[in-house]
Amino acid sequence: MLDVISLLLIFSGLAFYLAGTIGVLRMPDTLCRLHAVTKADNLGLGLLASGVLLQLSDPLQMLKLLLIWVLVLAASATGGQLIARHTLDQKPNGDPPEDAR
Amino acid sequence: MKAGALLYLDLIMVILMLVLAIGALHARSLRHAVILFIVFGLVVALAWARLRAPDIALAEAAIGSGLAGALLLAALRDRRPGDDATRRAPVWQSVAVGGLVTALVVLLAWAFLEVQGGRANEPLANIVQATLHESGVSNPVTAVLLNFRAYDTLLELTVLLAALLGVMSLGPQRSPMRAAEPMAAGLIGWLIPLLILAGGYLLWVGAHAPGGAFQAGALLAAAAVLAHLGGRREFQLPGHTRLRLLAVAGCAVFTLVGVSTLLGSGVLLQLPSDWAGGLILLIELFATASIATALFLVYLGGHPPSWNSREVHPDA
Amino acid sequence: MPDAATLYGLLGIVLAGLGAHAAIVQRDSIRRLLAINVMGVGVFLVLIATAYFGPNQDPDPIPHALVLTGIVVAVAATALALALLRAFERSDDE
Repeated sequence: MLDVISLLLIFSGLAFYLAGTIGVLRMPDTLCRLHAVTKADNLGLGLLASGVLLQLSDPLQMLKLLLIWVLVLAASATGGQLIARHTLDQKPNGDPPEDAR
Repeated sequence: MKAGALLYLDLIMVILMLVLAIGALHARSLRHAVILFIVFGLVVALAWARLRAPDIALAEAAIGSGLAGALLLAALRDRRPGDDATRRAPVWQSVAVGGLVTALVVLLAWAFLEVQGGRANEPLANIVQATLHESGVSNPVTAVLLNFRAYDTLLELTVLLAALLGVMSLGPQRSPMRAAEPMAAGLIGWLIPLLILAGGYLLWVGAHAPGGAFQAGALLAAAAVLAHLGGRREFQLPGHTRLRLLAVAGCAVFTLVGVSTLLGSGVLLQLPSDWAGGLILLIELFATASIATALFLVYLGGHPPSWNSREVHPDA
Repeated sequence: MPDAATLYGLLGIVLAGLGAHAAIVQRDSIRRLLAINVMGVGVFLVLIATAYFGPNQDPDPIPHALVLTGIVVAVAATALALALLRAFERSDDE
C-alpha cells in the first residue's frame, strides 16, 4: 500500500517535471519559461521527495532528504528571482525580451 | 529484469553525456558552451554515483562542476566585447583531425575491450581490502589516499600549491562583484553556515564513509566563493599572513608527519597502524584548510589587494 | 549485452576523442580549456570503469583515489590557465 502511494507520488512528480520541461522548451521568452519551470518543478520536487520519503525507514535519512528538499527549494526560488531580475535589467521597459538563443 | 532496466538508464545517461559534451564543445555562443559544461559536470557526477564511486561524485559536483563553473563564468565576465569565440580551423583541417581522432578512438576502444575481457578482480584491490584494518580508517578510498598511497596525495597537494603560486604571481585579483540583492544575500547568509557545517561533517565522516579532505575543502571554498559573489562585507577572509599560512599548512603538516615516520620507523609516510587514524585526521584537517584556501584564491584569479603592499597595480 | 563498465569506459574514450578534436579545431582559448576538461572527464571515466566490478562487488579504490586527486588538479590547472590568459590580455592592452 505504501509502495503504491509512493509510486503515485513519484509519477505525478515526474509528470510535473515533464510539464515544466515542455514549458521551458516551448515558451516564447525568458520570463514565461521561468514561470513554467519554477512552478512545475517545485511541485514536482515536492511530490518526488514525498514519494521517496515514504520509502525510507531511517529517520536520519529522512531528515537529510528534507534538508535537501528545503535547500533545493530555496536555491531554485533565489535562482529564478535572479534570472528574472537580470532579464528585467536587460529590458528596463518591461517588454518581453526577444529570444536570446 | 532489474539489470535490463538499469542498462536502459545507462544508455540514457551515456547519450545525455555525449549530447551535453558536444554542446559544451561546439555551442555557437561561448556562454551556452560554459553553461552546458556545468550541466555536463552534474550528469557526470551522477555517472560516478552509478559506478559506485560516491567519493568522486561528491568531488565532481562540488569541484568539477561547481567551482570550475564559477571560474569559467567569471572568466567570461572578464572577456572584452570584441573577442570572437566562433573562430575555428578550416573545414579540411577539421575533417582531417576528425579522421585521425576517430582512428585513435577505435584503437583505444579495441585495447580497452581487450583489457576489459580478460580481467576478473584486481590484485591491488584485494591487497587494499586485506590490509584495510591496519590503515586507521574504514573507507578504502581514504585509506588509499592518506595511507597506502600517501605519497601521491602529498605530491598532489604540492601541485595545488604550485598552481596557487602561479595564479598569485600573475597579477591582482578580479574586481569584486557588486553586493547581492536582498533575496540572494539572504540565501547566501543561510548557505554559508550550512556549507561550513557540511564541510566539517564530510571531513569527519570520510574515515568510514564517502567524504574526506577534498570534498570538505571544496565545500569550504564554495562557501568563500559565495561570500565573495554576494559581496558580503561581514564575511572577511583571514589576513594575508594567515592566508599564506593556511595555504601551505596542508603540505607542511603532511611533510612533518612523513619526516617523523622516517625518523621513527625509517620509512617515509609509513603510518604506524596504532596511530594511523589520528594522524590521518590531523593531516586531513590541515589539508582541508589548504585545499579550501587554494581553491578560493585561484578562483579570485590573482592575489588579494592586501597581498603585497610594496607592489603597485595601476589597474587594481 | 554490454555491462556498465564497458559502456561507460567506451563513453570515456569517445569523450576523450571529442575533447581532443575540439581542442585542436577550436581557436578560442576558453573553448580549448573546455575541450581539455572534457578530455579529462573521459580519461577519468575510463579509469573508474576499470574499477567497477558490478553492483554486488566493491569497486577498486585505487583508481578512485587517483581520480579524486585528478579532479582537484584539473580545476587548479584550469584556474592557472585562466589566470595566464588574463595576464596575456593585460599585456596586450598595454
